[in-house]
Amino acid sequence: MAHEAAAGSRPVPPVGGWRRDVELPSERGASRLVMDELLEQLGLHGWSPTDIFGIHLAAEEAIVNAIVHGNKLDPAKTVHVSCQVSPELARIEVTDAGPGFDPASIPDCTLEERLEVPSGRGVMLMRSFMTRIEYNAKGNGVVLEKRREPQAD
Amino acid sequence: MSDHRRIAASKVGEVTVVRFVDKKILEEASIQELGAELFGLVEQLNRRSIVLNFTDVEFLSSAALGKLITLDRKVKAAKGRLKMSNIRPEILEVFQITKLNKVFDIRKDEAEAIAAFQ
Repeated sequence: MAHEAAAGSRPVPPVGGWRRDVELPSERGASRLVMDELLEQLGLHGWSPTDIFGIHLAAEEAIVNAIVHGNKLDPAKTVHVSCQVSPELARIEVTDAGPGFDPASIPDCTLEERLEVPSGRGVMLMRSFMTRIEYNAKGNGVVLEKRREPQAD
Repeated sequence: MSDHRRIAASKVGEVTVVRFVDKKILEEASIQELGAELFGLVEQLNRRSIVLNFTDVEFLSSAALGKLITLDRKVKAAKGRLKMSNIRPEILEVFQITKLNKVFDIRKDEAEAIAAFQ
């Protein structure tokens, strides 16, 4: 009887948690193609519903911005989304094929005179709900990171 | 009048109470519809006392916030009053981060919101 090599016969959880890279079409609603799985993985890795809400909101805002403002809904362009989830870290990188923008150019939506302007809140929500957000130099890519608070004993 | 797809509107005395059909308010197309239906309450149906009851809403995006801000402005411009109630803590945090809690009249529950019109 021939012995089969054991390698690969048993599924091993990937080191560093779950990862997924996807190319999204520049269509409204395309975030759904990765979001359901991201939310499921956050739950499987023990993230709280409150944390999941914040990560969901930040990721949704980043992807919508990339599709609508970055790629301007151009069907020839895609948005690259790279996700990584472990019990300690959720990291979502969103890169569009647009020319980029200067995130410092967004006016502060909480200024008294801008409170009733109906747009321009996405980036502020990303910053508030995540531990760190960072745009690349070109301004067409953003990294969102949330680190899990150490659990109290 | 009841051809709403995104909201369910009922009347309690003179107050129009609105509940949301979608648990997650984030799809662009449904947000556009939601906006049109909410604005229609003020502009077509001349409702001037409105409560938005968020009890069924688990998630909303910044695009949805935009519709709420525009609705609030339309109601105020028509000399009406808009109140919001039953907002879960995560969404309340969104309102606090964006300081919209200073713009919107937020009440604990529907009964308190309705009573505030008296």
